[in-house]
Amino acid sequence: MTEIATLAERTTLPVARAINEGLRTAMAADDRVLLMGEDIGPLGGVFRVTDKLQAEFGSARVLDTPLAEAGIVGSAIGLALRGYRPVVEIQFDGFIFPAFNQITTQLAKIRARHDGMVDMPIVIRVPYGGHINSIEHHEESPEAYFAHTPGLRVVAPSTANDAYWMIQQSIASNDPVLFFEPKAKYWHKGEVDPAAPAVELHQSRVARVGTDCTVVGFGAMVTTLLQAAEIAQAEGTSIEVIDLRTVSPIDYEPLLASVRKTGRLVVAQEASGNASVGSEIAATVAERAFYSLQAPVLRVSGYDVPFPAAAIEPLFLPDADRVLEAVDRTMHY
Amino acid sequence: MSTHSMIDPLHGGADPEPIRFLDDDGAYAPSATAAAFADELANVGVDDFSQWYRDMVGTRAFDTECTHLQRQGQLALWVPSVGQEGCQVGLVRATEPQDHVFPAYREHLVANVRGVDRLAIAAQFRGMTHGGWDITDPANGNVHLYTLVLGSQTQHATGHALGQVLDAKRRAGDTALDAGEAGIETGEATMVFYGDGTSSQGDPNEAMVFAASYQTPEVFVVQNNGWAISVPVTRQSRTPLYRRALGFGIRAVQIDGNDPLAAYAVGRRYLRLAREGAGPGYIEALTYRIGAHTTADDPTRYRPDGELEAWQLRDPIRRLEGHLRSLGVDDAFFAEVAETADREAKVVRDQILTLPAPDPDSMFAHVYAEPHPRIDEQRAWFARYESSFEESTA
Repeated sequence: MTEIATLAERTTLPVARAINEGLRTAMAADDRVLLMGEDIGPLGGVFRVTDKLQAEFGSARVLDTPLAEAGIVGSAIGLALRGYRPVVEIQFDGFIFPAFNQITTQLAKIRARHDGMVDMPIVIRVPYGGHINSIEHHEESPEAYFAHTPGLRVVAPSTANDAYWMIQQSIASNDPVLFFEPKAKYWHKGEVDPAAPAVELHQSRVARVGTDCTVVGFGAMVTTLLQAAEIAQAEGTSIEVIDLRTVSPIDYEPLLASVRKTGRLVVAQEASGNASVGSEIAATVAERAFYSLQAPVLRVSGYDVPFPAAAIEPLFLPDADRVLEAVDRTMHY
Repeated sequence: MSTHSMIDPLHGGADPEPIRFLDDDGAYAPSATAAAFADELANVGVDDFSQWYRDMVGTRAFDTECTHLQRQGQLALWVPSVGQEGCQVGLVRATEPQDHVFPAYREHLVANVRGVDRLAIAAQFRGMTHGGWDITDPANGNVHLYTLVLGSQTQHATGHALGQVLDAKRRAGDTALDAGEAGIETGEATMVFYGDGTSSQGDPNEAMVFAASYQTPEVFVVQNNGWAISVPVTRQSRTPLYRRALGFGIRAVQIDGNDPLAAYAVGRRYLRLAREGAGPGYIEALTYRIGAHTTADDPTRYRPDGELEAWQLRDPIRRLEGHLRSLGVDDAFFAEVAETADREAKVVRDQILTLPAPDPDSMFAHVYAEPHPRIDEQRAWFARYESSFEESTA
């Protein structure tokens, strides 16, 4: 095995590169970790997240697979039964559905069916969400399907540092993890600290402290929420922003503490609203913090239509204005 | 063979006769196609055949008992394998201990011969578990769990076999896995079972793409029993199924699935080739299920007149009995096997009826490997809720 240079010191990286560094570190630490997917070898993935990894670790650790999503996930299950820790790349969000059966009826249930005798330490990386003006099936937010499925964990980092750490934590987890990568953020730079003590995989974070209203989201939506908070501040409203980081299981305590403080909550997501992660958050907060609420919990989401053509995508995706409109409604309830 | 001559050979050329060593009465009468595999039988003798016969009769007695139990409401469902014991016994007896087996859900004989207790198989159908045995326990013979979503297991098997390739490469210090390269000697193989209906699913077809691409040490076994519940194999395929595998670049043959010798000889050859690095193989076993698909359907609604009777004349147990008698085995052996099978089936029957239900807490216990707050909360709530009834009745 050649010496692999992993990230040594605090540095600023785009999110895609941060994930790349996280993968490299995890692969160097454990030779059972292998990557598999379409175009992840010499090309380095269509978003270059696996750039240079095949050259470093060999084609038996970074597998360019046939073009078949069910086959990729199904084979990863077999490899996990053999003791490997596969990290699967699904090329785009809308292409995960051919593998849906393998993920939901097989991967999610295998541990339970085996009475806990077998673990499924598989990570499925999914570039997801809008903002890149692409064509059909290249900009979707399918996280709710997987959050609904017992046996899976679902995460969605929003910053470079989280991406770097959470990919490693997901690989280290003995449970299957759907790792949703906000492709809108791939080229956005942030500081990555390889020495920082990692927070647990399933811990949300307060991205901005505020006192008047809580807004919560994950992935690329966090950037939109921070923009909205900035604008609101100028208008005299103090917004607290919670970055969920984990979609399933949700780390509720920081969110509930925030709602108890502000009395108001707006949930924001790119996905359609019906039966969504946002719906689950709204219901849970109503159950657990009802008497702290000064107004109904509001959801800001994509409409309940298929993700529209790129030319009108900005009208579908919640932006800072739509978040602020909901904040205004809850503030004036 | 009904599927042998069912179609106009669009592909050019007639299909060769399926490989068989025994005629319908069990006389040793190899087909021309069998000659190439005959040497695989060189070291198999009357003691082996006697054991195979015992395997088949024992499984059939268990199987029949489970069908009765379902009719009595004691099992939720049963998937009978009656009629398909021949290919199963030949194939499983061709495996080596280090090999792995991925069954569908009708491979009772295969699982049991590899070491899985029959009671464990029945437990799933009584609704006591979704699994039944510990695949990590060597006593269970590397037999993976039954899979009910058709064809899913073909991909798991292929990934597992790919792992066998990667393990061998790691041992050899080889970090490259090049597209289309020849296989590597693994010393172990993976065998996966499915049926003619499942061959229409996407998963086994993707599995064959992967298997051929990575030259996995794998043997695909399709038990073509003629019917996908009520739909005939002619609805699944315009060509014999083994020809599909050839299109993926996988060696493939059609065997007489009710001839244990054919199953053993071809299984032995294909498994050995797989272990040696010569890549995957595909065996289409032409057989027939004598009973229903499961205890939920009624074959009299869909089978043509006379089909069942024609296949009963090729019953694999009767054929192996004929072969054993030709080798000098006498009535006493057959009577003893029948008596033993009957006794064992009744023992399993009693055990099934007294199987304890799993601890209710187990539904929470194994979903995740690591702590999960939502499950933990629901698990604790459930415990409190259930215990509240105990208090109120105390």
